[in-house]
Amino acid sequence: MTKITFITQDNESIIVEGNSGNVMELAVQNKIKGIEGNCGGVCSCATCHVHVQPEDWDRVGAPSTLESDMLEFDDHVSEYSRLCCQINVDDTIDGIVLKVAN
Amino acid sequence: MTEAASNKTCIVIGASHAGVNFAFALRRNGWAGEILVYDSDPELPYHRPPLSKGYLSAQDNSQLDLLFPKENYESENITLNLGKKVIAIDKLLKTIELSGGSKQGYDTLVLASGARPIVPKIDGLQGAKNVFSLRTFGHTVGIQRALLASVNKRVVIIGGGYIGLETAASLKKAGANVVVLEREKRVLERVTAPEMSVFFKDLHHANGVDLLTSKNVISIENSSGVSTVICDDKTSYEADVIVVGVGIEVNTELAAQAGLELENGIKVSTSAKTNDAHIYAIGDCTFHYNQHYKRYIRLESVQNAVDQAKVAAAAICGNEVNYDVIPWFWSDQYDVKLQMVGLSQGYNNVIKRIELGNEKCQSVWYFRDDDLLAVDAVNNGKAYVLGTRFIKGKQILDKSKLKDVSIPIKPTSFLLD
Repeated sequence: MTKITFITQDNESIIVEGNSGNVMELAVQNKIKGIEGNCGGVCSCATCHVHVQPEDWDRVGAPSTLESDMLEFDDHVSEYSRLCCQINVDDTIDGIVLKVAN
Repeated sequence: MTEAASNKTCIVIGASHAGVNFAFALRRNGWAGEILVYDSDPELPYHRPPLSKGYLSAQDNSQLDLLFPKENYESENITLNLGKKVIAIDKLLKTIELSGGSKQGYDTLVLASGARPIVPKIDGLQGAKNVFSLRTFGHTVGIQRALLASVNKRVVIIGGGYIGLETAASLKKAGANVVVLEREKRVLERVTAPEMSVFFKDLHHANGVDLLTSKNVISIENSSGVSTVICDDKTSYEADVIVVGVGIEVNTELAAQAGLELENGIKVSTSAKTNDAHIYAIGDCTFHYNQHYKRYIRLESVQNAVDQAKVAAAAICGNEVNYDVIPWFWSDQYDVKLQMVGLSQGYNNVIKRIELGNEKCQSVWYFRDDDLLAVDAVNNGKAYVLGTRFIKGKQILDKSKLKDVSIPIKPTSFLLD
């Protein structure tokens, strides 16, 4: 099982576990506030914006061009922004911490 | 909030994007009573957009893209009554009636009854084999089974709107031979500028789909398992599978029978309330006021379903709300992502950009005089995001700069000096 910690805008820390799908789906299943995934995970709606901890960035990886284009002018963008529907849940990201951007 | 605290029953008719998101939002807003959701579709509520996109071309479709896992309904005490059809509303007694005759009382009723595909009047369509619409999971399964059982895999799609084009792209990817027959002179005529129609026509041709326009289908003839689709210009196309995507009609029968106000859908206020104090309506079935465009509209979109759901939930729990959004949409075809924001109806000039060095990165900006109404962005997240910002902010842009592709798309690139 891959463990992921979400920190919401209310500073609530929630640890969730999963072993398949993408991080947005896992967040929706666990009712993480601020993650909606309205488009179902196809990088169209930007309602699953998270900030990756700098030390986890290399493991999570950089966004695709379309994803970074969606993020670049977002009001809450940081250099560690990702749309978490584009991050797969697997061993490589076990233990990461994601701050919900909205 | 007395509404939220008391033990009342809220009934939701329709368990798709609007109805289900409403149910969860109602709980979040503090509704303590029962939430009963009804839908005639027997499946756990699922994402609809993938049905015509990735889902149709995927090899393994054993897993549906669920809106929420089953456990979430249980933990939020939301009762799903699936495969159950509501046949009548009695707004005086505040009850609904199910097919089979049983009745259930409500304190608040929410209509999220959506829409259904139009079945066009075409001779022979009713009796033809392997004819499908595409709106439900059942439709997708039917199309896939029919395709699998067919040797020649000839698909004729009637209608060149988004459903038709997405279905064409997905079935081509799944190995079918696909012909699209569009009645108008160009595809997507109802929703986009000619520039976009040309782009998608070229895209489909490049991928080996026959996308034909000015093709008015008048009849379908059937012999020994093969259908022949005949157009009024006397051309004909053989088909093993026929998909009809010529638009939808709103499910307003229940609302009409209950005497609710109708006008191109169920007419609702900016808090999603109908003309009955205890009945709300959300999603595709509503005719609602858009404050930005200053007119009543009906939308077929996930965005409208989800956002109106939240507004209705807040309103029912006694919070001040006001539906005020810029609509957005998307479409995925082959490797192309189209993102649309705003409503282009009423435009009188457009600017098309093809970004330097990237032919597949395009955008069409729709204006009425100098007012930016809408943006269609092809593989162009920046145009989509900034277009949204400019429309919301009623930003007047310097069109000569917007036309100049040597100026990259940035927040301040196109502002007037």
